Amino acid sequence: MSEIKEVMINSDRLATDEYLVNMGPQHPSTHGVLRMLVKLEGEKVLNIQPHIGYIHSGIEKMCEAISYPQIIHLTDRMDYLSAHMNNEAVALCVENALQVEVPDRVKYIRTIMDELARLASHQLWWCVMGMDLGALTTFFYGLRDREMILDIFEETCGARLTVNYNLPGGLMFDIHPNFQKRVKDFITYFRTKLPEYDQLLSGNVIFRERTEGIGHLSLSDAIAYGVTGPSGRASGFSNDLRKHQPYSAYPLVKFNEIIDHRCDTLARYEVRMKEMHESLSIIEQLIDNIPEGDYAVKMKSVIKLPEGEFYQRVETARGEFGVYIVSDGKKNPYRVKFRSPGFSNLFALNKMAKGHKIADLVAIMSTLDLVIPDIDR
Amino acid sequence: MKSFIEYIVSIFKGLWTLLIGMKVTGKYFFTPWKNVTQQYPENREKLVMFERFRGEVIMLHNENNEHSCNGCGICEINCPNGSIEIISKSILTADGKKKRIIDQHIYHLGMCTFCNLCVKACPSGALAMGQNFEHAVWDRSLLTKVLNQEGSTIAENVKEE
Repeated sequence: MSEIKEVMINSDRLATDEYLVNMGPQHPSTHGVLRMLVKLEGEKVLNIQPHIGYIHSGIEKMCEAISYPQIIHLTDRMDYLSAHMNNEAVALCVENALQVEVPDRVKYIRTIMDELARLASHQLWWCVMGMDLGALTTFFYGLRDREMILDIFEETCGARLTVNYNLPGGLMFDIHPNFQKRVKDFITYFRTKLPEYDQLLSGNVIFRERTEGIGHLSLSDAIAYGVTGPSGRASGFSNDLRKHQPYSAYPLVKFNEIIDHRCDTLARYEVRMKEMHESLSIIEQLIDNIPEGDYAVKMKSVIKLPEGEFYQRVETARGEFGVYIVSDGKKNPYRVKFRSPGFSNLFALNKMAKGHKIADLVAIMSTLDLVIPDIDR
Repeated sequence: MKSFIEYIVSIFKGLWTLLIGMKVTGKYFFTPWKNVTQQYPENREKLVMFERFRGEVIMLHNENNEHSCNGCGICEINCPNGSIEIISKSILTADGKKKRIIDQHIYHLGMCTFCNLCVKACPSGALAMGQNFEHAVWDRSLLTKVLNQEGSTIAENVKEE
């Protein structure tokens, strides 16, 4: 026995060396086609190099050939989990450029829809987060509740994900007569289900061991990499645009900006869990007070923006989403640039995962809440 | 010794958190009638979609096989991805004038993104969104559809182009 042991130690087979592993493009925990070149020493991550562009669809270039109302339906397909916010960003940008004031009814409905989309997005993130860490149960529980929000979207907007509900100057349709009742039913239902989420995953000893103190991203790094949204707020970076640059009906509602200073994976998890409570309270404040009025302003059939540059940013479920339109006075834009939150958040991954085990990389990536079409667009 | 006790306590605390989670799953395990899953292919007969659901673009026809499309082409301009093509033809009216009417309203379902812009733009309300969502076909060419039914005519009260 001792002879064999000696041979094993002396042979080259036990020698450690750095090596490269491709994680993705077809890896279930990358949530899409994302490839990461991971440099490993044993199980320890030394360096991560994300390779993006596998589903690059050229949306920015496509926007140059189509008119402003048509651009909106393409933004559904970027960050498909925050489709309402993306739509709203383009609509607001065009409205600001034309100096159109939309009715209060539109503002209220937009805000409610934004928060519902944020809830749906966070629910899906929660189920996938559990699944990445090996808890399949969470996936079914989260999707069960998300289904109710998607039904609300389907009834009012006509689609579940690619809603295309906002237009420059208002909304595609008025809300469905059942909308308010359904939303209120959902709020009462979901308030009873949120404690279940905590019981299932938040307190779980395996989950806490795998997230506490993992993936530290300091405040200065978060600012340097432009990590926004819940991921940035978990590093103490106060960046909630709903507070700092309020749009639509956000100035009218009371809510807290959730900030955590622990900077680790658990902090990012808890920020999102608390944000779900805030979203519920925002919807509750607005749902009974939707003012009467038109659901859209009458716009010209061909919308032409004045010459110049226009920028509008909104807070999506993953962070700051910006739309930059350069117009030369024609009916289609000269150049459109989208600032997507996922792109900036992804590149902070190297900073966060360095020195951890490869299994922790999955947990860290999961809390960044990546949506790949949002990164590649 | 103290760290050993802490270790033992942490084991039991950990087990307790697992039991809390299992309480939730157990509750649903023993009350399976509370969990409702749609049995999709079986419930096809009774399945009702929401009235605004966007499954496909259809042209509305009345009982006399009349539609209200005058072939103005506004839907074609408004479509972001060119899934609508309008082919018009000229006919001679009863009083000897030439008139352009719609021949074929061609709709490429395979290119459509169901954005509802054509329906919203249509000035005569000829188009609508249908609720059918089962679009699978054996051949790609079957996805190109002619929306105006064969032998259909324009309804009388529709504005001329």
